[in-house]
Amino acid sequence: MSVGYELSHLGTVEAEAVHIFREVAASFERPVLLFSGGKDSVVMLHVAVKAFWPGRLPFPVLHVDTGHNLPEVIEFRDRVVDRLGIRLVVASVQDDIDAGRVVEDTGPRASRNRLQTVTLLRSIREGGFDAVFGGARRDEEKARAKERVFSFRDEFGQWDPKNQRPELWNLYNGAHRRGEHIRVFPLSNWTELDIWQYIADEGIELPNLYFAHQREVFARDGMLLAVSPFVTVDAAEEVVTAMVRFRTIGDATCTGCVESVAADVEAVVAEVAGSRLTERGATRADDRISEAGMEDRKKEGYF
Amino acid sequence: MSELLRLATAGSVDDGKSTLIGRLLFDSKAIFADQLEAVERTSRDRGDEYTNLALLTDGLRAEREQGITIDVAYRYFATPKRKFIIADTPGHIQYTRNMVTGASTADLALILIDARQGVLEQSRRHAFIASLLGIPHLVVCVNKMDLVRWSEDRFEEIREDFRAFAMKLEVHDVSFIPMSALLGDNVVDASQNMGWYDGRPLLHHLENVHIASDRNLIDARFPVQYVIRPQSGTDADLHDYRGYAGTVAGGVFKPGDEVAVLPSGFTSTISEIRAPGGAPVAEAFPPQAVTILLTDDIDVSRGDLICRPNNRPSVGQDIDALVCWFSERSTLTPGSRFLLRHTTRQVMAQVELLEYRLDVNTLHRDEGADRLDLNEIGRVRLRTQAPLMFDPYRRNRYTGSLILIDPTTNNTVAAGMITGGEQARVSSNVTWHTNAVDRATRSATGATLWFTGLSGSGKSTVAVEVERLLVESGRAAYLLDGDNLRHGLNADLGFGAADRAENVRRVGEVAKLFADAGLVSVVSLVSPYRADRNRVRSAHEAAGLRFVEIFVDTPLDICEARDPKGLYARARAGQITGFTGIDDPYEAPDIPDLVLRPGHGGPSAMAEMVVSLLGA
Repeated sequence: MSVGYELSHLGTVEAEAVHIFREVAASFERPVLLFSGGKDSVVMLHVAVKAFWPGRLPFPVLHVDTGHNLPEVIEFRDRVVDRLGIRLVVASVQDDIDAGRVVEDTGPRASRNRLQTVTLLRSIREGGFDAVFGGARRDEEKARAKERVFSFRDEFGQWDPKNQRPELWNLYNGAHRRGEHIRVFPLSNWTELDIWQYIADEGIELPNLYFAHQREVFARDGMLLAVSPFVTVDAAEEVVTAMVRFRTIGDATCTGCVESVAADVEAVVAEVAGSRLTERGATRADDRISEAGMEDRKKEGYF
Repeated sequence: MSELLRLATAGSVDDGKSTLIGRLLFDSKAIFADQLEAVERTSRDRGDEYTNLALLTDGLRAEREQGITIDVAYRYFATPKRKFIIADTPGHIQYTRNMVTGASTADLALILIDARQGVLEQSRRHAFIASLLGIPHLVVCVNKMDLVRWSEDRFEEIREDFRAFAMKLEVHDVSFIPMSALLGDNVVDASQNMGWYDGRPLLHHLENVHIASDRNLIDARFPVQYVIRPQSGTDADLHDYRGYAGTVAGGVFKPGDEVAVLPSGFTSTISEIRAPGGAPVAEAFPPQAVTILLTDDIDVSRGDLICRPNNRPSVGQDIDALVCWFSERSTLTPGSRFLLRHTTRQVMAQVELLEYRLDVNTLHRDEGADRLDLNEIGRVRLRTQAPLMFDPYRRNRYTGSLILIDPTTNNTVAAGMITGGEQARVSSNVTWHTNAVDRATRSATGATLWFTGLSGSGKSTVAVEVERLLVESGRAAYLLDGDNLRHGLNADLGFGAADRAENVRRVGEVAKLFADAGLVSVVSLVSPYRADRNRVRSAHEAAGLRFVEIFVDTPLDICEARDPKGLYARARAGQITGFTGIDDPYEAPDIPDLVLRPGHGGPSAMAEMVVSLLGA
């Protein structure tokens, strides 16, 4: 690796992420890392643990649980947290529904995706967290392409895309007042392919949903959705069993899967490298609301 | 494994910038089908007659509504050879801060020029910002060649025009590519329409431009970011573990290296270096993030800097910097106070002085300026509440850069590139070693002959003659010529007041050392400011060395008529600013040791006067 003092591309983005983790740990009082069990958050946690070796991770992880997760995801989350001996905070959307802080959509197309924002902001407030690590990448979506690595959130958790702080070199401005917080995105400069290549290089374990498996699915809005207790299949929708895998993992009501035979990491890397659709375009109904779907949700405080 | 190349682009839709980026992404297959479909859909909805590739990069609602790029957008694409990150920034002057932001980490800048328009004010501004931010490689894309009938003459004309301007900038690698982004000529594939162009298409250039040597691998710099102390109660091995985590900002570190920790000045030795996750590292270099362990238990904390004992950065509280002001809600004025972030340090800082405001279009320096407004760039002197360990930005982007944060709003209001500073002259823990040989035992007596005067006054001609006469007479002499020294010793300095002061200080120190060694230093330097020269004289006198100041007093009109380097003509034409005698003052010595005027004879006669003044 040190031949001619060249750092590989993945080595460069990993070093950048490590720098960001250490910077936050050194200059914030109560950081927290958002962990969903999805591949980006798994990679983010893996890099974070490496950054503080041989010390322990100096902050807890937070899972915003919609209550609509596939069981494999929750099982995987608990196993990882257990193995690393880190503290897990679970913020439950159900609690907010029960307390009447949010009203759940009804109908066959109901989703709790947007409700997560309320739960996330409540748990940030309750935990007194001043820095919140997220696994978002700039290549995912065009509003995210403009997001800073250190992204300021006001006391209402809101993002103001037109007044972002200029961010230069590797000098990050984390200044904030009590009640405000900074979203931190250590994987900003990684692409989907980088994530997969890194998973392969480092031998990182993922939920098996990411690899091809047999599953009951049905087509809706040009996507394949998994049959689960959380979705209602219309009479007109035909359920079939197919060989599929997930490209992203989120709320089961809006995260689709793709037909695939890629059963291991190498096969997935090859598939991603050849894909002509973005991962969100292929499998996320939540981004299809409008041209500015993500920008609007981000302003409210979404991930 | 492929390397990573970060590039910055600046320009507006009119220049064809978005078309060019769209073309690069599309032809390298980095645009996904669903993104293209979304763009096609929006283009139709807006009533555009073509698929507007600008919509790919303009991600915010306001940008799409107004049809302009407001913010920096990052785009990613890869070829089998390299990965690329594009920082796509708006080109208008009101977005200078966004271009500065995008340029701060770039290895290469793309400057777009419309072949019909030629080099515009905007192109010059973009090139200047690229040079200000120290981007090592510039690629000038002469676009829309199809609209000038693929004319080689037009391309050459633009190239010459741009070169004439770029000479004033500190850019070392400039390439020119004629292209048509719309038709794809010379973007990814070589053009069939411009057989006369024998260079590479843009993508090929981006894949092959050599960037590895752009990093500073000489000056070892490691700002300590975080101290890892597991203090595990269960694992005895970890109980005393103290690892200094950080990102290498310059040079190469190896286990066994002797190091100094600043500002304390303590020295120790590196016992081991670990990568994240614990793998041992044989050599750590930028931009690696590592953990360094030392053999001695000394006090090291965040904000300290580890370097080699014989190669230290400047340590000081008075910092000269070029700053770009980012805030529309406030201005930078002398006396304003900020939080300053530099490497892993954060300190309070006050603006002591605004030396000048720079016009980013003409490079004219306005020394009467009393403030900087949004997007304005100027040179300031800052005083920090605690010392910084810094290098000039030209030498190291990471130890030479800073940001200013407004403590009332917490916003980032300025970016700064350090040009130098009033360093604590004797760094901590550096003591003067007395030589075993004292001056009396050296065979010759040294001295410094200092020629000062306007450019073209004849200083160098006389100085050359003096050196020749002295050497012929068996005396060791050496000519220190200002222009020549600017190629090496002073290559990092410009012509502003602070840089001129530093130039004079360095030459003065070298002359003093040579004189101490028994040589006659013959210095030929415009050295326009009295105070700078007096400092050199004092330094010589303090060291017990003779200093002879020779004022070559040739009137300005004669110097200008001679104009051996064509500089007066360019200064009169406004092509260079801050030129001594034209728009920068020359302060004549109050009491020179010798004055040479044109009536005193030719260079030989003058040289003999100097030598006889020097005596034995």
